[in-house]
Amino acid sequence: MTTKYLIKNVEVSGVVSDIAIENETITAIGKSLKSDGATEFDFTGSLALPGLVDLHTHLREPGKEDAETVLSGSQAAARGGFTAISAMANTSPVADTAGVVEQVYRLGQSAGLVDVFPIGAVTQGIQGEHLAEIGAMADSAARVRVFSDDGNCVFDPLVMRRALEYIKKFDGVIAQHAQEPRLTQASQMNEGFVSSQLGLKGWPAIAEESIIARDVLLADHVQARLHICHVTTRGGVEIIRWAKSRGINVTAEVTPHHLLLTDELARSYDPIYKVNPPLRTESDVMALREALAEGIIDIVATDHAPHAAETKECEWQEASFGMLGLETALPIINMTMVQTGLLTWSQVADRMSSAPARIGRYENHGSDLAVGARAHITVMNPTQLWRVDRDRLASRSRNTPFHGMEIPGVVQATFFNGRLTHKAGA
Amino acid sequence: MSLALPAPDMARAITRISHEILERNSGSESITLLGIPTRGAHLAARIAANIEAIEGRAVQHGTLDITLHRDDLRTRPPRALMPTVIPSLGVEGRNVVLVDDVLFSGRTIRAALDALGEIGRPQTVQLAVLVDRGHRELPIRADYVGKNLPTSQSQVVRVQFTELDGIDLVSIEDGATQ
Amino acid sequence: MKHLLSIADLSKSQAITILNTAEELARASDGPMKKLPTLRGRTIVNLFAEDSTRTRISFEAAAKRLSADVINFSAKGSSVSKGESLKDTAQTLQAMGADAVIIRHSASGAAARLAESQWMSGAVINAGDGTHEHPSQALLDAFTIRRHLVHGGEDLAGLHIAIVGDVLHSRVARSNVLLLTKLGAKVTLVAPPTLLPVGIESWPVTVSYDFDSVIESVDAVMMLRIQLERMSEMFFPNAREYSRYFGLNSDRLRRMKPTAIVMHPGPMNRGLEITADSADSARSVIVEQVTNGVSVRMAILYLLLAGVPEGEGVIA
Repeated sequence: MTTKYLIKNVEVSGVVSDIAIENETITAIGKSLKSDGATEFDFTGSLALPGLVDLHTHLREPGKEDAETVLSGSQAAARGGFTAISAMANTSPVADTAGVVEQVYRLGQSAGLVDVFPIGAVTQGIQGEHLAEIGAMADSAARVRVFSDDGNCVFDPLVMRRALEYIKKFDGVIAQHAQEPRLTQASQMNEGFVSSQLGLKGWPAIAEESIIARDVLLADHVQARLHICHVTTRGGVEIIRWAKSRGINVTAEVTPHHLLLTDELARSYDPIYKVNPPLRTESDVMALREALAEGIIDIVATDHAPHAAETKECEWQEASFGMLGLETALPIINMTMVQTGLLTWSQVADRMSSAPARIGRYENHGSDLAVGARAHITVMNPTQLWRVDRDRLASRSRNTPFHGMEIPGVVQATFFNGRLTHKAGA
Repeated sequence: MSLALPAPDMARAITRISHEILERNSGSESITLLGIPTRGAHLAARIAANIEAIEGRAVQHGTLDITLHRDDLRTRPPRALMPTVIPSLGVEGRNVVLVDDVLFSGRTIRAALDALGEIGRPQTVQLAVLVDRGHRELPIRADYVGKNLPTSQSQVVRVQFTELDGIDLVSIEDGATQ
Repeated sequence: MKHLLSIADLSKSQAITILNTAEELARASDGPMKKLPTLRGRTIVNLFAEDSTRTRISFEAAAKRLSADVINFSAKGSSVSKGESLKDTAQTLQAMGADAVIIRHSASGAAARLAESQWMSGAVINAGDGTHEHPSQALLDAFTIRRHLVHGGEDLAGLHIAIVGDVLHSRVARSNVLLLTKLGAKVTLVAPPTLLPVGIESWPVTVSYDFDSVIESVDAVMMLRIQLERMSEMFFPNAREYSRYFGLNSDRLRRMKPTAIVMHPGPMNRGLEITADSADSARSVIVEQVTNGVSVRMAILYLLLAGVPEGEGVIA
């Protein structure tokens, strides 16, 4: 039996059109398409984007199912307009073997709301000492191409060098969590004026920048692909700019929260604003926005990091690092990048769909909306406002820093492989 | 507003109280005057000056802030504390005269008696007020009264001293309904 | 004012009100009025999740002189040190009907968390949170300075005060910088660069790495406790070198202005940041700081607890 949808009156690449979907494929784009037995939706006032792809998601399963599961994370992703997400390796057990990545992959398949691409650990137990079974994970059913010890930095330069070299065998990429561990022992927030007043241990920008600098040089030396997770500092942007100008094969991501929030929020001592890497200054936020606009930073990645309530309802220094991101990412990008004139919607499609799919080698994702393309489609009304309510999210956790904020952009519908996985108000 | 006690009447009343205190206590030697801030302290200073003029010798006088002993603290925002100054001979065995401007419910005087009890054991405690306006809520009466002023509950008795207010005057005002 | 969490929350006039109230209370309790009935029937909990005998007993003495009921809830053997969450502890105290909680905690911001969460409704008094603030200490320091060095004024205008030592980890320094500058004093921080926080260039102070260049011009020196574990964390090479450059000794003591005073929040490391003869010299007001602490804490308790907070259920 064929499934047919007809999306009416959405803006596609600047033109108001209809989109016809049959099974997994876009079959027509044009004005006043005939319904032909399809289920019709009129989305006047909305625009259509290729299904969003997140290269940095924590799904917490296995190990912390009270915070999130592959299923609940997939639901949150669909609501946020995503059709592909990643599953970071820092689960319990760590995703450092073919067995664990296949398990996560299959959980994603059975949830069936998005493609879940497991990320493999670089080192065993993300301890930074011995390489994990990278080849076996690449060859597994999960076909892992992105490797990361995220949460921990691959800080040993020799281990990092070997990992970068090793993944060349299958065109993989190392996604580095850039955090010099000795400079950030017990660190709590960005080191600067605010930390000096609050008496919270500082996390210097150079702890991030020194690792980025080292790793772009390593990547250059061994001619491998390097991806820098969640860049947060002006200085980090400058190093990446330099590396790209030298032709080094480095890509970088920024999170929505680092494009909006600053370390001033720590003054509340509310750990909802505690995140790794930490919120930085307004100057850094502006540099990150410019870098994303210019393409120095290639993509937006959510670093969706669900945490159970008790790990945030406590003193700042006891609290876990991390924020939810999937369900608010697109409106925050609308607010920080589109409404400010820094990005067009087609550039948003690049930063949030095609570029992350390309970096992760996520097949069948990230292509432009065109006849014959896979029907991964996100429909969003960019002018409609909604108030974020942490109690009404699909995620199992409530740790969004945007609770109570009114943000612009409601994802009206998400189509994944031609199937409707989210419909606003449904 | 009605004028209850213009400056000359007020001065006469204070002078009379001064004489009565001396008479009751057979001179100033055993007396310690303690004014309750703010206006009771000024009144005590005036009485002290009168007594000194009459007797030709200094009289023990000071102030006693009763804020920390009030029974209505929990009903208002915190008040600033006023100075408590106990004169050199203390209160032990003395004839202490508490001095306040207006005697109304009697609660201020109850607090003053409590505060005094913390400090020591006077021989006697007497009370001097410029105005007794009635409406007592406790079994307290004054030994020396400048003037008895019948008032209604809602009225406000306002005592002004030149040092504070630029004028000596006691007046009765119709209070805002509360 | 419902809570006392940070000096940053106080206006200059509120700070002066606390000092003036402390002055009256000091006079009352220096005299014959040892015990006042003011807070009779009020329950105050000393929640000390970090050891600090002197601050705890100072608050306890203050509360008892005002006739409050005091419950001590200290870290040793209590649930706070065994991983019970601050939230659960707060809800327990709420259930016990605490009118105020005096909290000492190793986490910066713990007092603010307690006050701003919905976990309990009583007043929260910060008795030292991590490396953030220690407001009652700063108030007693300002009180002590005012008593010694100010004649006739209410604030500290024109005075120059040096705070010497581990500013980076010192909640006493943070609160004092805010309070002393708010009251018009000039503050110079003296420390090795390792013990000054990044971002200090935006503080309203001057910074010096050279104690000797500052000692002759100040009206008060406030010596901060240096913890020996800072040595293993490489903030300075060893105790001898620290003492030589940043310790208060008889030589530096001699070079101070005739009227200048020596302060220390305690507990002291005699021989490290301060020599015994400096601590016991005629300039030292260290013991007096302890006495003043009780009056200042009485003032804080009186102003926070004696009345209803402004705007709440005022009966005219």
